Amino acid sequence: MIEGIDITHILIVSTCMFFIGVYGFLVRRNLITILMATELILNAVSINFVVLNKFLYPNVLQGYMFSVFIIAIAAAEAAVAIAIIINVYRRYRTINVENVHEMKY
Amino acid sequence: MNVIFFYIIAAAILGFSILSVTSRKILRAATFLLFVLISTAALYFLLQVHFLAAVQLMVYAGGIAVLIIFSILLTSNVDFTFEKIDWKKQLFSGLLALGGAAITILTLLQFNFKALVQTQTVTPDIRSFGRAFLSYDDGGFVLPFEVITVLLLAAMVAAIMVAKKSKQ
Repeated sequence: MIEGIDITHILIVSTCMFFIGVYGFLVRRNLITILMATELILNAVSINFVVLNKFLYPNVLQGYMFSVFIIAIAAAEAAVAIAIIINVYRRYRTINVENVHEMKY
Repeated sequence: MNVIFFYIIAAAILGFSILSVTSRKILRAATFLLFVLISTAALYFLLQVHFLAAVQLMVYAGGIAVLIIFSILLTSNVDFTFEKIDWKKQLFSGLLALGGAAITILTLLQFNFKALVQTQTVTPDIRSFGRAFLSYDDGGFVLPFEVITVLLLAAMVAAIMVAKKSKQ
């Protein structure tokens, strides 16, 4: 717990980060930048779990555990997504979402 | 002192995340994302959750950011600049994000957070994390821990299977 910092301040920071990620997800047209916006969203959620656990329930570890699992799942998701992106690039020579009309072959 | 540090970290997180979704050079966007992830690790250090900060630095800043930069170098031209986004789409998405953020922040400000008054607290150090990961009694996490190891293995195998060159 940080002395002098209210819990809402940290939650406002993570909320802004989440919605910046949503904005990036909607605006971007490149698969890799969309993946980066998703990472921002996951990161904001992970901060939320840590802060709520730290400030409100200091007698348990559940929130930290959720953050660890979010980080692990984000790593797995990034690996699979990048494999798919490389495969899409190999087939279509572009990773722009508007030029990739079909994912099957 | 901690208060000043917190506001510096918060400004870094917000500024770099805005830059990372608006930058028109893709490699620059990835670098700004790396800065966001490192600032998040700094926030965890400030909250004194050292294990999670170390995991964040190793897995996110060390692994995922490098993986993203690697795939950028494989798939795009580094000097390539994105064309300007259609202003209608930009306005719509910006309004949606701003509206969502406004609703959430208003709700946050009105909500009354009550801390659980507890005499015994768990210090989130590596020892308690390790015990919680491998304990199978109340509040233990051995089942999700095992499930996530299988998930990571499956994801790695799937990534290799998807990305490898086909035979023909």
